[in-house]
Amino acid sequence: MANATMAAAIAGAMIAAGPPFALAAPAADELATGKMLVDACAGCHGTDGNSAGPAMPSIAAMDPLVFVDTMTAFAHDDTYSTVMGRVARGYTQREYLLMGEYLHGIAYKPAAQAPDQTLVQKGAKLHERYCENCHEEGGKPIVEDEDYYILAGQWTPYLKYAMSDFREHRRHLPRKMGRKLDDMLAAEGAGSLNALYAFYAAYADAERDNDNDNDNDNDNDNDNESE
Amino acid sequence: MDEQPVAMNRRAFIKTTGAIAAAGALGAPAIVLGGGKRVVVVGGGTGGATAARYLKLADDGLDVTLIEPNRHYYTCYMSNEVLSGERQLDDIKQGYDRLAARGIKVVHETATGIDADKQVVKTASGVYPYDRCVVSPGVSLLYDKIAGYSEALARQLPHAWKAGAQTRLLRGQLEAMQDGGVVIIATPPKPFRCPPGPYERASQIAMYLKAAKPRSKVLILDNNQTFAKQALFMQGWERLYGFGTGNSLIEWQPGPDAAVVGVDPVDMTVETSFGDTVKGAVINLIPPQAAGKIALDAGLADASGWCPVDKKTFESTRVPGVHVIGDAAIATAMPKSAYAANNQAKVAAAAIVALLNGEAPGVPSYINTCYSIIGKDYGISVAAVYRLSADGTEIAPVAGAGGLTPQDAPAFALAREVQYAYSWYNNIVHDSFG
Repeated sequence: MANATMAAAIAGAMIAAGPPFALAAPAADELATGKMLVDACAGCHGTDGNSAGPAMPSIAAMDPLVFVDTMTAFAHDDTYSTVMGRVARGYTQREYLLMGEYLHGIAYKPAAQAPDQTLVQKGAKLHERYCENCHEEGGKPIVEDEDYYILAGQWTPYLKYAMSDFREHRRHLPRKMGRKLDDMLAAEGAGSLNALYAFYAAYADAERDNDNDNDNDNDNDNDNESE
Repeated sequence: MDEQPVAMNRRAFIKTTGAIAAAGALGAPAIVLGGGKRVVVVGGGTGGATAARYLKLADDGLDVTLIEPNRHYYTCYMSNEVLSGERQLDDIKQGYDRLAARGIKVVHETATGIDADKQVVKTASGVYPYDRCVVSPGVSLLYDKIAGYSEALARQLPHAWKAGAQTRLLRGQLEAMQDGGVVIIATPPKPFRCPPGPYERASQIAMYLKAAKPRSKVLILDNNQTFAKQALFMQGWERLYGFGTGNSLIEWQPGPDAAVVGVDPVDMTVETSFGDTVKGAVINLIPPQAAGKIALDAGLADASGWCPVDKKTFESTRVPGVHVIGDAAIATAMPKSAYAANNQAKVAAAAIVALLNGEAPGVPSYINTCYSIIGKDYGISVAAVYRLSADGTEIAPVAGAGGLTPQDAPAFALAREVQYAYSWYNNIVHDSFG
């Protein structure tokens, strides 16, 4: 579903933005700047998108494309929201992109949280085993890279809402993530999610699992998305 | 289905268009262009604090002075939670230290006048010259529109429409009230600060009464026939407070008949426009409103009592060089809310920085988001995105966007909205006061 929407949205974005050569035309004076657009978000998401929390997520330093996709999914109700869909429908794809590019340049401030250290260490191993393949570097922003989703330093109540939406089919759950989640919950129990939340709250480095039992054997089926 | 080609298309798309976006970002106003240009901000509420902060963030070279008589600001938003006991007064107390630390000169005096010809703001002890002035005065309370009411009497029959001592007073009266009492909330005619505020207040007080004094009730004597988020409030009241039954903790009487036109503090009664006399154990009189006093004194308001502005810059259409933001401004579809004041402050600040640099102000962007907490785990909201109309005269809601919490939203969503309301509070006070 979301894939179809996403594709449609991208097509829409291309139309809205026009073909690349048309972009050279000076239309800048008809659009608010990325900063002006993002400043309007700050009342809920914090100055420059670094949220004072705890339920509103930080949006600073996001990958611009992830930002555009996220807003598009909110606007189409492919991702459940209380308020965001209502707000997202107020902008064009071009404006999403301006916001995303501006936010990409903002320094990310990890939320100040104090997770239980035992859980953090447990979560570090779970992250390494089940999540790190996609959420690299412990889920931190990798601003020089692309297609990253920021989990580390994000507010835990927000992550819990998002996870609940994934599991309750209110948000598109990528197939690979669904499998990893199922694997983790089956092998590690429901409490494993709290360990992951603690790990992300700690903004810690990813940690190799040294148990030497079954490292990486969950990864065997990972790389074939289009089966 | 293979996601990969789509992802690559998207990436190619952003690589192409991103160059334009990046150029736009770099084209933003450079730092330290102000060259000591002076901006005086009058009023240290949400609008004024935000304007001062965002002026300084945009251009650290600007000389920014904030004139505000009070050492602390108690936010009106979330003050209804103080009335129910969910929150303490100190929890809504904001200060100016972080603005001062950023290099903003904070002057704790009352602005007594604005001389637009000489471009100075006056206080009792001095004059503050400006190149541009921002006025964010909030509302004045028109006590004399209710026969018998006065500023002095408000120390006995609180309005609590400016938070702080008034909030403490009303909370104390609710705590002292015996079970079985009637709490009257008299609402003002539109437009007024915080359109859903009286109804959230009724909800919060009902929550307190339900737990502590269940034979009591809240009686809303409304000046108006309809109110903000009405259907959502009423649905919440039905679910939580027995609204519509003989046992309701909240009774609502619509205007114009129920509008309170007079008060007798000895008998503890109010008189409605219909001619009824209604007795209350606690009387919360929220009087009619106009732009804050300094705006009226400086000639910024028109016959409506509110201040007409250029919607792109919030510069007064009556007094050049003075920008009016927040509750006092006529912002067409934008309500008199904290979020609107915070947003308008940023639009005005960006316009002022551009104008001081001899540039044309850019395209503005406007949002309003407003939460109301009806009870435990029961929040509702309204949101809107606006654009400047083509002729520049309207701040017009974007069709298809914005709107209310859906009627019959699931319980988990209503509970989330409460948590979002709290995060909204944390973020907006940080964004405004630093």
